[in-house]
Amino acid sequence: MKVTIDNISIEVEAGTTILNAARMIGGEIVPPAMCYYSKLQGSGGKCRTCLVKVSQGSEKDPRPMPKLVASCRTTVMDGMVVQNITSPEVIEARKGVVEMLLINHPLDCPVCDQAGECHLQDLGYEHGAAKTRYEFDRRTFDKIDIGDKIQLHMTRCILCYRCVFTADQITDHRIHGILNRGDHSEISTYIQKAVDNDFSGNVIDVCPVGALTDKTFRFKNRVWFTKPVEAHRECQTEGCCGKVTLWYKGEDVIRVTGRKDEYGEVEEFICNTCRFDKKKTADWVIEGPRKVSNKSVINSNHYDTLKPLPVVKTNPVLQEANKEQFERETRL
Amino acid sequence: MGRKLLLEHINVPGINTFDVYRSKGGYASVEKALKTLSPDDVVEEVKKSGLRGRGGAGFPTGMKWSFLAKPEGVPRYLVCNGDESEPGTFKDRYLMTHIPHLLIEGMIVASYALGAKTSYIYLRGEMMPQIRILERAIAEAKNAGFLGKNILGTGYDLELYVQPGGGAYICGEETALLESLEGKRGNPRIKPPFPAIAGLYGCPTVVNNVESIAAVVPIINEGGDEYAKIGIGRSTGTKLISAGGNLKRPGVYEIELGVPVEDFIYGDDYCQGIANGKRLKAVVAGGSSVPILPANLILKTINNENRLMSYESLSDGGFATGTMLGSGGFIAYDEDQCIVRNTWNFARFYHHESCGQCSPCREGTGWMEKVLHRLEYGHGKMSDMDLLVDVSKKIEGNTICPLGDAAAWPVASAIRHFRDEFEWHVTNPSIAVTNNYGLAHYADPLPKLETAEA
Repeated sequence: MKVTIDNISIEVEAGTTILNAARMIGGEIVPPAMCYYSKLQGSGGKCRTCLVKVSQGSEKDPRPMPKLVASCRTTVMDGMVVQNITSPEVIEARKGVVEMLLINHPLDCPVCDQAGECHLQDLGYEHGAAKTRYEFDRRTFDKIDIGDKIQLHMTRCILCYRCVFTADQITDHRIHGILNRGDHSEISTYIQKAVDNDFSGNVIDVCPVGALTDKTFRFKNRVWFTKPVEAHRECQTEGCCGKVTLWYKGEDVIRVTGRKDEYGEVEEFICNTCRFDKKKTADWVIEGPRKVSNKSVINSNHYDTLKPLPVVKTNPVLQEANKEQFERETRL
Repeated sequence: MGRKLLLEHINVPGINTFDVYRSKGGYASVEKALKTLSPDDVVEEVKKSGLRGRGGAGFPTGMKWSFLAKPEGVPRYLVCNGDESEPGTFKDRYLMTHIPHLLIEGMIVASYALGAKTSYIYLRGEMMPQIRILERAIAEAKNAGFLGKNILGTGYDLELYVQPGGGAYICGEETALLESLEGKRGNPRIKPPFPAIAGLYGCPTVVNNVESIAAVVPIINEGGDEYAKIGIGRSTGTKLISAGGNLKRPGVYEIELGVPVEDFIYGDDYCQGIANGKRLKAVVAGGSSVPILPANLILKTINNENRLMSYESLSDGGFATGTMLGSGGFIAYDEDQCIVRNTWNFARFYHHESCGQCSPCREGTGWMEKVLHRLEYGHGKMSDMDLLVDVSKKIEGNTICPLGDAAAWPVASAIRHFRDEFEWHVTNPSIAVTNNYGLAHYADPLPKLETAEA
C-alpha cells in the first residue's frame, strides 16, 4: 500500500498505522507519541499529540477525513495522503494538546529523576509555548506508596495508560489502574497495595514522564551525568531477555533499564531481578557504550574526551610547534 | 396541534400495563413485522421513513442498520441507549415511565430487523424507578408470548435485558456505553472499528436512542412512506421535545418536525410563552451541548425566515448563527437569566463528566470551567473571552469522542452571541455578582441583510 506523508511516499503493508509508516520514513515528519507504545497492544489514541490531517482518504475514496486523526490508531489505506508538519492546522492542534498536557504538570524538572530522558520535556521544548496561560493552582493528589521499588508521582502523570497496559500484558496480574474520572483520574492501587511482581519494574521504562520512577535510583544522580553502557546476563527469570542498559556513575552501576530505541520504547522487557538487584559490574557482560542520539542531553556527557591538552615541551623547536598547535586547537 | 404517534395514548389510565396497552392496538407492529415482513423489509421500511437518530447526532437510523456487519456464526446485538443525561433532556425518561411497552415493542421489531437474539436496554443508574417499570413490562410481555422463545409461533427468539449503568454522562456515548455494558470502565473506545463491525463483546452491534426505537413502532404500523409524509424535508416524523426553563408550560411535547419555533414557544398548544410575563432572552434548542442562541436568532434565521423545529432549519447558518436540534432538550431563558452563569454551569457539568481519557478534554474542560467561574464571580479579565474561545477551539474535534465538542460548543457560542454580557461582567464586577445584565438587545429584530449589487 502506498501512503504519502508530507509529500514523501512509502510502500507499507496493509494494517500499518500512519505513525508506523511515518517511522519507517523517519526524520522530522514522525509525529510525536506520548501514549502509543508499539510493544503494548491497544495502547495509543489518548494523548492526541500524534494528530495528523488526512487530506486524501485513499485512492478509491479521495475525500479527506473530516477531523484530525490520531495517527497511532489509524491504519493506512492505499493512496492515502497525510499531512503532518506541512499542515498549519496540525501544528496548531498539537500546540494546543501540548499546552493542555502541561497546564497541570508541576514542572518540577529540577528535582525530577526523569529529567533528561523525559518525553514531555522534549515535547514541550519542541511544541510548547514559553509561557503558560493557565493562572490557577495546579492539580495535586494525595501521595500514595506503591512499594519499595517504584516511586509514584501522580502530579507528573499524563494518563497515557501505558503502565496499565504493561501490567496487563507483561506481568501476570495487574493491581494498579485508573481511579476516578476526568481531571481527577489517577493511577492508583486498590487500597494502597504494593505493586510487586517479577516484571513490575517495566512500568518505569514505559512511563513517558516522571510519574513512575525507580526508587533505587531516586535522587542519586542526573541522567546526563551518568554513562549508559550496554550489557547482558544469563537471566533465569522466564520471559526476561537479560539485555539491559547499565547507567554508570564512575565505577558504580547506579541504575539498570531496558534498552530504549530512538522513540523511547524498550526493545525488550526485563525482569525486576535484573533491574533492581544486579548492580555490580561483575554481574554483567559488558558489550560496549550505548549510542545516544546527539539531540539528547545525555549526550553532553561524552565518553571520549577531546584531544588531550597540549603538553608543554622543553625543546624550543617543539615549543614553537606546540604554540602553533595550541593556537589551532583553541581557534577550533 | 400535530399528529401524535408516540404519545397518542399517553393519557389513557393504566397504559403502562400490558393489557391496556394491547387493547389500544399495542404490539400490532410486532405481529405485522414478524408474521408478514422479512427482517430486510423492516430495515427497508425504516430507511423509507427517513427516521433520523433521536439521540442527538441525527444520523439516519435505517442507514445505520444497513451498515451492520452480518458475519456467519457471530451473534449480533441491539442496544438501546437510555443513558439520557444531557442537561435539559428528559424525553426518554418520560416515555419509559409512562408508556414502557412502546419501547419494548420497538425493541422487538428492531431486534427482529437486525437479527439480534439478545438485546439490552442500557439505563442510567439514577433511573431506578424506570428500571423497575421496564423490568415489569418485560415480564408482562414475556408472559404474553411477545418475548422469549418462539415469539408468536414465528420461530424468532429474543431475550431482552435491562442494564443499569453507573450514572455517567459519558456512558451515553455509544462505545463508552458498550464498555460499561461489558462491565468495564466507561471510557469511549477509539474508532475505528465502529460498533457496527465490532461492538458489544466484539460482535456487530447497533446502538439506538430510546425514542428512535420507539419510533419504529408507528413506522411499521403505518408504513415508512406514510411516516415520511409527516414532518418537513429530510426531517421526517414526530419528535419528542423536552421543554424546560422559564416557560409557562414546560414538559414533554410531541411535535411534528417543522413547527415554527415561535409557535412552539408561544403557541397555546405548546409552551404558551414565557412564565411570569417576562421576555425571552435566549434558547438552548437541543440539550446543553448545542450552541446557545439569543432570542432574535432562534425565532428567525439570519435570512429573516422563520426558524422551524427541524434538523435543517435549526442548523441553518452553521455555527455562526445556527444551532442544532440535538436530543430535543429545549431550554428557554427569560430576561432575568445570566448567560455567563449558565455557561459556567454547563462547563462545570462537562468538567465533572469528562472521562479523563484524552488530554484536550480532560484538561481543557477544567480550564474553561475555572475561567468561567472567575468571570461569573467578578474576577475576570477582558482577555478571558479570547482565551475561552481559543481553548474551546483546541478541544473541539481533537478528542476521542464527541464530549469534547459538546463541552466546547456552548462556551464558544455563548461568547459569540453574548460577548457584551461577558464584557459587562468584567467591567462591572461588583454589580455583576448581584444583578443581571438583562435582555439588552438580544431580542431586537435582526438587521436587514444587505444584498450585493448585481
